[in-house]
Amino acid sequence: MAERSGMVEKRGLGLWLTHLGLIIGVLFIFFPIWLAFVASTVENQDIIRPPMPVWPGDQMIENYTNALVAGINAPVALMLFNSLVMALGIALGKIAISLLSAFAIVYFRFPFRQTFFWLIFLTLMLPVEVRIVPTYEVVANFGMLNSYSGLILPLVASATATFLFRQFFLTVPDELAEAARVDGARPMQFFFDILLPMSRTNIAALFVILFIYGWNQYLWPLLITTDPEMNTIVMGIKQMFPSGDDFAHWPTIMATSILAMVPPVIVVVGMQKLFIRGLVESEK
Amino acid sequence: MATLTLENVKKSFGKTDVIHGVSVDVQDGEFIVIVGPSGCGKSTLLRMVAGLEAVSSGDIQIGGRRVNDVEPMDRDIAMVFQNYALYPHMSVFDNMAYGLKIAKVPKPEIEERVRQAAKLLQLEPYLTRKPRELSGGQRQRVAMGRAIVRKPAVFLFDEPLSNLDAKLRVQMRLEIKALQRALGVTALYVTHDQVEAMTMADRMIVMNGGVADQIGAPLDVYANPATEFVAGFIGSPPTNFIDGAAVGQSGGHRVGVRPEHMQLVGAGAGRLDGRAAYCEALGAETLVHVKSATGTQITVRQDAGHPIPEEGSEVGMDWDRENEMPFNAEGKRL
Repeated sequence: MAERSGMVEKRGLGLWLTHLGLIIGVLFIFFPIWLAFVASTVENQDIIRPPMPVWPGDQMIENYTNALVAGINAPVALMLFNSLVMALGIALGKIAISLLSAFAIVYFRFPFRQTFFWLIFLTLMLPVEVRIVPTYEVVANFGMLNSYSGLILPLVASATATFLFRQFFLTVPDELAEAARVDGARPMQFFFDILLPMSRTNIAALFVILFIYGWNQYLWPLLITTDPEMNTIVMGIKQMFPSGDDFAHWPTIMATSILAMVPPVIVVVGMQKLFIRGLVESEK
Repeated sequence: MATLTLENVKKSFGKTDVIHGVSVDVQDGEFIVIVGPSGCGKSTLLRMVAGLEAVSSGDIQIGGRRVNDVEPMDRDIAMVFQNYALYPHMSVFDNMAYGLKIAKVPKPEIEERVRQAAKLLQLEPYLTRKPRELSGGQRQRVAMGRAIVRKPAVFLFDEPLSNLDAKLRVQMRLEIKALQRALGVTALYVTHDQVEAMTMADRMIVMNGGVADQIGAPLDVYANPATEFVAGFIGSPPTNFIDGAAVGQSGGHRVGVRPEHMQLVGAGAGRLDGRAAYCEALGAETLVHVKSATGTQITVRQDAGHPIPEEGSEVGMDWDRENEMPFNAEGKRL
């Protein structure tokens, strides 16, 4: 057939078309980010007066320094730090708690073990948004508004991570626990010496997911931090929008947006290898 | 090094009884093999000695001390598991040293003991490797090494060779036996392989349905099986069972005759007639499978020199009366 003779050529064309499609897709996704970057490097007038520039201006250093040091309500550097504390606190707290609860559920026989597991599992169906009013009430009564503990603690319990670790622990052969028992390891020694090192790829994968989850929290910080000094960066961007007839200082806002994107990107890129290994392979 | 005593040990999971009372006295340095088909409770028995399963009733004594309620690590035992149960993230050295580290043995002594075990097991070149970088036989050795470094009073083996290929199994079988002799440690070894049991055991315990049918030296058990089950389980090819009435055994309900005790003779000349179904010529010996007139499958083992009957031909079978093993209706030896 005529088409068959052109097989190689056709495949070449297909390759180009695939790449073209992918490149267009990437550009499509990337364009708004590019615009944000451009807006963070020009002066406010350039943005307000149409048409909006498409190439970076010369105000980059001024805009970013201004954002980091002064900001609008609070210095962005401070908001970055708040976000970092919150994201790290949530990620590490969630991992610690879910490791321990999964350990308890899988390795110990206590009354109502299954009940507890299903209770934890049920909370999967109750995301922060659903339980936000009672949670707010509790946090407010504890006097944890405008504090790191208020930002972190209510988001720390995690059914997803517990479930994930439970599934992983179930794949660890029972004989390993028995060998450790014969070797004289106490339960917590078994946990720290054997279970924990074996779960390290899972922990890394989960850390990436949970760090981004914590970093991107919007509603909860918006609700419980009234003090600009305690704002996290993701919600802080919204707080920078002017109310009423004020002018927005777009270069600063856009610089903040770009800055807000950097840490998750660093975490994802930096931990990519571990992350993928944790999702696809289990070491036994 | 110690004696091990089981006294009417029973185990039940809920309402199901899995072990109906096993008693045995194991001498210091003795190699005991517990053998039986899967589900007979042999692993459960071993795990009770290890302390991984609670004893429902009866006593277990190690070195004269009752250990029913003692934690595994304080029982002075070491166990080799079927799938080796090596810690995957630790090097061979750390795998062997882990138990000692927990016992807070001083570092130089740990080093010394692990090196010694590694030398004994020819593991020295692999001490820094991870278990996944080792072959099956090497992993098996590491599991043994982990047991040796603890210098236990009793070694427990839970089907340690069942994950190895046939050739390696024969080799490791000899090594384990040699090692146990050299160390002089009391050993309890669980297997479903009657060849392992025959070759390794000083004495063996043949288990069937949670009962120790017979305890004794391998050759005694082979020559004088106490029950029909033992006669059928120990020995390959298995013992032939013939209806007692068909061969004029007045007392016996059924009669067992080992394949090697039977001779093929002309049809009508022996004590039982049948038709040769097929023959397996193995070189040194030939196994002739015969279907008797009453429909019983019978195997006759004969040496290579004898003529091999045509498949489908009529043959007779003969044997000496003294080689008959009569069993009563309950399967007990008369």
